[in-house]
Amino acid sequence: MELFLQQTANALALGGTYALLALGLAVVFSIMGLINFAHGELMTIAGYVLMYCGIASVPFVIAVPLAITASVLAAVAMERIAFRPVRSGSGATMLVTSFAVAMILQVLFQNLISARSQPVLLPALLSDSVRVFGLVIGVNKLAAIASTIVMLVFLDWFMKHQKTGVAMRAAAEDFAVARLMGIRANTVIAGAFALSGLLAGVAAVLWVSQRASVDPLMGFMPVLKAFIAAILGGLGSLRGAVAGGFLLGFIEIYLAAFLPPEMQEFRDPIGLGIVVLVLLIRPNGLIPSATLKAEKV
Amino acid sequence: MAPLLSAQGLQVRYGAVEAVRGVSFEIQQGEIVALLGANGAGKSSILKAIVGLVPTASGQVMFDGRDITGAAPEGLAPAGLTLSPEGRRVFGTLSVSDNLRMGAFGLTDKDEIAEAWERVYDLFPILKERKDQYAGTLSGGQQQMLAVGRALMSNPRLLLLDEPSLGLAPLVMDQIFELIAKLRDQGVTLLVVEQNVAKTLQVADRGYILVSGKIVEAGNTSELTQSSSMQDAYLGAN
Repeated sequence: MELFLQQTANALALGGTYALLALGLAVVFSIMGLINFAHGELMTIAGYVLMYCGIASVPFVIAVPLAITASVLAAVAMERIAFRPVRSGSGATMLVTSFAVAMILQVLFQNLISARSQPVLLPALLSDSVRVFGLVIGVNKLAAIASTIVMLVFLDWFMKHQKTGVAMRAAAEDFAVARLMGIRANTVIAGAFALSGLLAGVAAVLWVSQRASVDPLMGFMPVLKAFIAAILGGLGSLRGAVAGGFLLGFIEIYLAAFLPPEMQEFRDPIGLGIVVLVLLIRPNGLIPSATLKAEKV
Repeated sequence: MAPLLSAQGLQVRYGAVEAVRGVSFEIQQGEIVALLGANGAGKSSILKAIVGLVPTASGQVMFDGRDITGAAPEGLAPAGLTLSPEGRRVFGTLSVSDNLRMGAFGLTDKDEIAEAWERVYDLFPILKERKDQYAGTLSGGQQQMLAVGRALMSNPRLLLLDEPSLGLAPLVMDQIFELIAKLRDQGVTLLVVEQNVAKTLQVADRGYILVSGKIVEAGNTSELTQSSSMQDAYLGAN
């Protein structure tokens, strides 16, 4: 039982990070129908900022906001430079553009920084652990869970009560009519990218806190996972992205913890098999987006 | 007096299809003007071209002395021109009040926004009752009221109504036409596209009859009621 609760805490930490990343993908997808595969490189940028801050002995409490800000700015720049010129193009054009952006950034990291994994100096506190209700939980895990909750509450408030957030939901549902209301397309799209950058930045801090290193390809795996999570939850649905992220986190952690040792080799196929199974039962995901539902009717 | 809106040789194409073939018309301040014609005559395309939802192939649209040909849709609501689109298209996942709030997106003056709320809730008390409900859960008639209310939130000087009575029960339809008359009394200028010709001619001042993307007749509603092109327009004679 204790092991189970322990692993549940781990699953919440990992699932929360996936949820933040999947949300970042979903926010952009819901508005412009683009899965931004360069989302992972936003994480990598934030990771490198943490690394350089560590080298320059910038205190961690300052390094974190700097890293997140860098990710937000990079996301906005990405939209302005790469995606705005192709916005009127097809979905495939934008998708290929996102792969191009990701690869260009990876090559830049490799050539300008290093092709190898670089250590990131983290405060010793993060690798401590504390006893909570009789469980020993790493501070970094607790921080991940707490940050996820803060971000989800913030995002919910922003989308429900802020004029810009409501406008983003309106634009996600019917972009043309939103523009008729005087909601500027550029503002909403740049806002969506800024939000996705914020989510990627926070996720990057959490991700790097668990690994204490950063490499040029760091963003690829988590974003692939986030993509699976977003589909699992229902592509374009924000609540779905959160649900999918947590479910994927739980699947991965529980399989790693409770699958018999001789089966561990098959952990990833079994995990993805469960995802496929869920999608067979709910083809539009756990919580399909309202727009998709409307189109079905 | 210069017209509030005028179109000169407006043309709209969808690929090789020419939906609107060089139409010219104008709307004076305070008028209700009807665009009539069979399905596919190009009525909705004209409205969409005015607000920039479809590109204008050629021609010119002037609004309030300003050339708005090919202007981006987001600039028009703040300038006083808005469209209540065909099929209502309310934001179903937003609450009724958030839908209305989005309608006033371009307004910055607090007093003007407060006035707009009051006016819309005054016209549609049902929307005030249902303000916290998701718009998607409203009935068709209520959604139409919300669509018109949302458009009115920007305090438009010219409101384009695209098929406001489409798909509504006869009783609700009557309410919509009463509303059009009420809006005129409040000084809103209206361009109405409707398939309910008889009712539209009762409330409109003037009308244009479109056949295959061209205006074949223009005039006062009393003249149009008598006109032979009216029957031709709907019975498909060319």
